[in-house]
Amino acid sequence: MPVMSVFEQLERLLPLVSKPVQYIGGELGAVVKDWDATTVRWVLMYPDAYEVGLPNQGIQILYEILNEQPDVLCERTYAVWPDLEKLMREHGVPQFTVDAHRPVKAFDLFGVSFATELGYTNLLTALDLAGIPLDARERTDDDPIVLAGGHAAFNPEPIADFIDAAVLGDGEEAALEITSVVRQWKAEGRPGGRDELLFRLVRVEGVYVPRFYDVTYAEDGRIARVQPNRPGVPSRVAKRTTMDLDKWPYPRKPLVPLAETVHERYAVEIFRGCTRGCRFCQAGMITRPVRERSITTIGQMVRDGVEYSGFSEVGLLSLSSADHSEIGDICSGLATQYEGTNVSLSLPSTRVDAFNITLAEELSRNGRRSGLTFAPEGGSERIRKVINKMVTEKDLIRTVVTAYTHGWRQVKLYFMCGLPTETDDDVVQIARLAHEVIKAGREATGSRDIRCTVSIGAFVPKPHTPFQWAAMATPETINHRLKLLKQAINGAGQENFDKSIGRAIGYRYHDGEPSLIEGLLARGDRRVAGVIRRVWEWGGRFDGWSEHFSFQRWVEACAEVLPQYGVDLDWYTTRERHEDEVLPWDHLDSGLDKRWLWRDWQDALAEQEQEDCRWSPCFDCGVCPSMDTEIQIGPTGRKLLPLAVSGRRPS
Amino acid sequence: MAKPQPEQQQLPVAQRLRVRYAKRGPMRFTSHRDFARAFERALRRAGLPVAYSQGFTPHPKISYASAAPTGTASEAEYLEVALHTPVDPEAARIALDAALSPGLDILEVRVAGPGPSLAERLEASRWRVELPGVSPSELAKAVSAFLAADEVMVERLTKQGRRRFDARRPVITVEPGAVPDTAGAGECAMMELVVRQGSPAVRPDDVLAGLRVVAGLEPPVPPRVTRLAQGMVTPRGEIADPLEEDAAIGQAGPWVAG
Repeated sequence: MPVMSVFEQLERLLPLVSKPVQYIGGELGAVVKDWDATTVRWVLMYPDAYEVGLPNQGIQILYEILNEQPDVLCERTYAVWPDLEKLMREHGVPQFTVDAHRPVKAFDLFGVSFATELGYTNLLTALDLAGIPLDARERTDDDPIVLAGGHAAFNPEPIADFIDAAVLGDGEEAALEITSVVRQWKAEGRPGGRDELLFRLVRVEGVYVPRFYDVTYAEDGRIARVQPNRPGVPSRVAKRTTMDLDKWPYPRKPLVPLAETVHERYAVEIFRGCTRGCRFCQAGMITRPVRERSITTIGQMVRDGVEYSGFSEVGLLSLSSADHSEIGDICSGLATQYEGTNVSLSLPSTRVDAFNITLAEELSRNGRRSGLTFAPEGGSERIRKVINKMVTEKDLIRTVVTAYTHGWRQVKLYFMCGLPTETDDDVVQIARLAHEVIKAGREATGSRDIRCTVSIGAFVPKPHTPFQWAAMATPETINHRLKLLKQAINGAGQENFDKSIGRAIGYRYHDGEPSLIEGLLARGDRRVAGVIRRVWEWGGRFDGWSEHFSFQRWVEACAEVLPQYGVDLDWYTTRERHEDEVLPWDHLDSGLDKRWLWRDWQDALAEQEQEDCRWSPCFDCGVCPSMDTEIQIGPTGRKLLPLAVSGRRPS
Repeated sequence: MAKPQPEQQQLPVAQRLRVRYAKRGPMRFTSHRDFARAFERALRRAGLPVAYSQGFTPHPKISYASAAPTGTASEAEYLEVALHTPVDPEAARIALDAALSPGLDILEVRVAGPGPSLAERLEASRWRVELPGVSPSELAKAVSAFLAADEVMVERLTKQGRRRFDARRPVITVEPGAVPDTAGAGECAMMELVVRQGSPAVRPDDVLAGLRVVAGLEPPVPPRVTRLAQGMVTPRGEIADPLEEDAAIGQAGPWVAG
């Protein structure tokens, strides 16, 4: 039976809302298929506004891979803004896809990708607008299977009530295998209904079905155990790892939005995984091992992607792009190919060393020197040892000064506040560092026309990292330190302070309150579901947006829901965990050996650093043997050849 | 230290193309800025030899003329784009149209000839306004009252703040009619307007505001508006084709659609 588009109903509402273009679809790269000509139908959601969600790589990759299957249809949906939500409720318009404006409820699978936990309330809005019961156990055979993916899916316990399953790790192969299971089950006439389908899905590696596990709690509120409640369900679920990225050169046909979005570029992942070992970084821990895409595949993807999309910017993405074994040749090869075409190349740079500047210089050959970003993360040498961000103050200052002498006027420095063992002084040291940077930069360039921006956010301990046991600093502590830092940047308490130095430093910070809630959701367990639901019922939407986030609402919901379990907001956030505590995500296997994580946590407290296993011996984090994977890096020794690019100015 | 200079000079302009395009169906919800971004990408996808401005952030040389408001469909939007190598205008039209999403359609491309500039030629617009839920007779009455008035003052929030202006004087003709009602059964009101461009530009929603002022007309749902034509006003009150005098055939250079 054909599923009708709701566009006609929606169309009447669009003149009444802000930025209606975000709801119309029609992007280059969008696919609309005949509903009845397909057997398995997916809808993918990024639970934030279209302008943030559209560029998401994970969604774009899966969208393309799934739509390549002749009998599979895949469409997309994003969080609707409150102005449209209100009108949709008034006029009975359900949550819809932007591709063919079909109701989300009509699909077989509803996959939601969570880059951050602050998207949880938007999941509830989408489910509710779609007419899908919020509680997974109330769903019937007429409802889609609701799947969570993305980094937050490595601890989906706080949303366990609302999802049917979570997929851990890389999605390329898992999405196709899930599709096969659904295809087969439908071909057999849907035996056993929803329950049987979920039971078949747990046999797909990486798929976790929360309802097949029971959680019991001890008297003190801690988890006693998590165990399967039926035979045939694995006691631990292991993540998926896509090996050989050259075999998965996606996105090939990137989505090119009509609306303005946060990133307007063709993005190619140059590698996945990171073994730098920054102890706060969940992404670096759960995506191991490092798997490089080869220089030739990268060159081909950029060439095809730019030609297909018409984007004028190319982003070379990864967790630490300068670490690709052939990054020098990639950058100079691409820079040569695109010289004189008005296509610009960018390398999100986070590594603090002079090599990064060489690369940035190569990429900005056409003369543009916009801004350069470095992430020392910690203000003092001591705290950088704790977080394993191995960069000395001397290196940092030398690197930034090199940037100034090479023509950059503006350098951005990223830091975190509230790190384990942190003191006021560790944060105040950031000001001293920034002062030194400006002084040294002025001396080296002979110019006063140089600036640096200090950008600082609160640290959130995440599951599957050595800091998963750490206590969070309270928002009061964070806000106090941020204030001290601001004063120190402006020279408070320093004799003979040159005020022009303070004026050359920009200061951007985020309050501690949203981070505390992110911390609750990141390390929460199933009891936190009630809090999320309450906040949503009280109007919580778009919690990642400061203008929509209400700390008070979360605090009040915690106070209402959590006491019945003998726990509270502090228990989840500012409490340090014990070595023997069962963590809510212990049954979810990222490959990291919990004993190694604990040792690394102890090393952190002892200010001991850990080398990168790409360049030094294996330190037994556990990932490669337990996941049957290995480091895949070059060099291949190949080079990018000159290319005939259309639109180049004839010489 | 001397300020760094862009190393490369951009090539000079060799040809100017005038483009008529349409915003149809859902694409009417694209804003002018949305269209501009999409068009720049389409130029790159088509591989057209676009001329860029000089400087550190070179921009393609495109000038847009009086864009229709977001939410309004159009059959007659215009822009002019400069190229550093001459191309065949029809080949450029086909390549650009293929490079844009369906609904953003390139209808006509001409080589800019001598005479008044494109902006000067776009003197007035013909609009079609469908009013679901409004009866044709109700509209006809309101239109008569509007046309009988010498002046109909309306207010609109512009970038400069709240402005009050006469919505009647720039209106050259209004022809009320009827179309099948998309919101219900039977027919609903429709009108075609010819409105002179001015400052502030009087748009169909200003005329609708005027109909509310003179006759209390309140459409129950947002009207559907389409710009049908733009150009000089003929003595008979019709709109002339602004590209009529520009060449449909150009001297093709070495460019081949990308």
